[in-house]
Amino acid sequence: MAKVIVYPPTSTILSDLVARMGHKALVVPEAVRKLVTESGIDSPPLNMTPEEPKKGLRYAAVDVPSGVRGRMSLIGPIIEEAEAAIIVEDPGWLTGCAGCSRTNELVRLLIRTKGIPILDLAYPSDDAEAKVFVHKIRSFLEGLN
Amino acid sequence: MLVTKYVITSSESNILPSDIAMKIYGSKYDVTVKETCMGVTINGEEEVIDELVKEIRALDPAGIFIKDRGFPPGDPRRCRGRRGGGARPGFYMIESESKMLPMISRALSSEGEIPVLAEKKKPLSPGRLQEIIKEDLS
Repeated sequence: MAKVIVYPPTSTILSDLVARMGHKALVVPEAVRKLVTESGIDSPPLNMTPEEPKKGLRYAAVDVPSGVRGRMSLIGPIIEEAEAAIIVEDPGWLTGCAGCSRTNELVRLLIRTKGIPILDLAYPSDDAEAKVFVHKIRSFLEGLN
Repeated sequence: MLVTKYVITSSESNILPSDIAMKIYGSKYDVTVKETCMGVTINGEEEVIDELVKEIRALDPAGIFIKDRGFPPGDPRRCRGRRGGGARPGFYMIESESKMLPMISRALSSEGEIPVLAEKKKPLSPGRLQEIIKEDLS
């Protein structure tokens, strides 16, 4: 079982396909869960402590907007953990955790420079493309075993 | 550790969110379930949720999709009932991907040859554009 980071990091389709093929999908909600459900909340409503911005500083300089550093404090550790990656081209409707274009550029760069196996795809727009989409993901994940 | 997962049904699936909720109510598992427009949200101990997810997926293997969620169901920080209405953050991503779920379901359930896709037209490269301009002006 390999740890596969998916981009967009909040994608239902990608995280489901990775999980149903027996691998672990590394996604942002897991990182968010740790911040919002751990006991002893220091800074409601989220458990943001001075440690979070420090984590973000490992990936982006201090003059980079705080939104990028904040997002990287969640996504950066996931990238470090990843053993493979599936990247789907920016569909143009990313929101929330994945809604910052500069962060997304940095995330894709860090994944690509990590030297792990990467599958590049585009979201399908018809049935034929969907078949190829699923086939490519299946073949890629089988190759990781 | 308590985990939360979304169980999202494809719009072409014969399984309704209420079917999934009823299955969970009738199961032996001690989990919290909340029915939503696109599926259900389940919350419980990780091992229990993993077992339950396998059973839910078996209802329609190609038509049910599962993803992690950070916040527990009904969390006041996300629940739109407590925030004065409007879609909760994260719904737009699910909404956009939901439109593709029927295609992905059909692809997952289909067996047979993988179609060969025609290469998509790429935008004209700047170099080629310069060549065309020079040809026309010379």
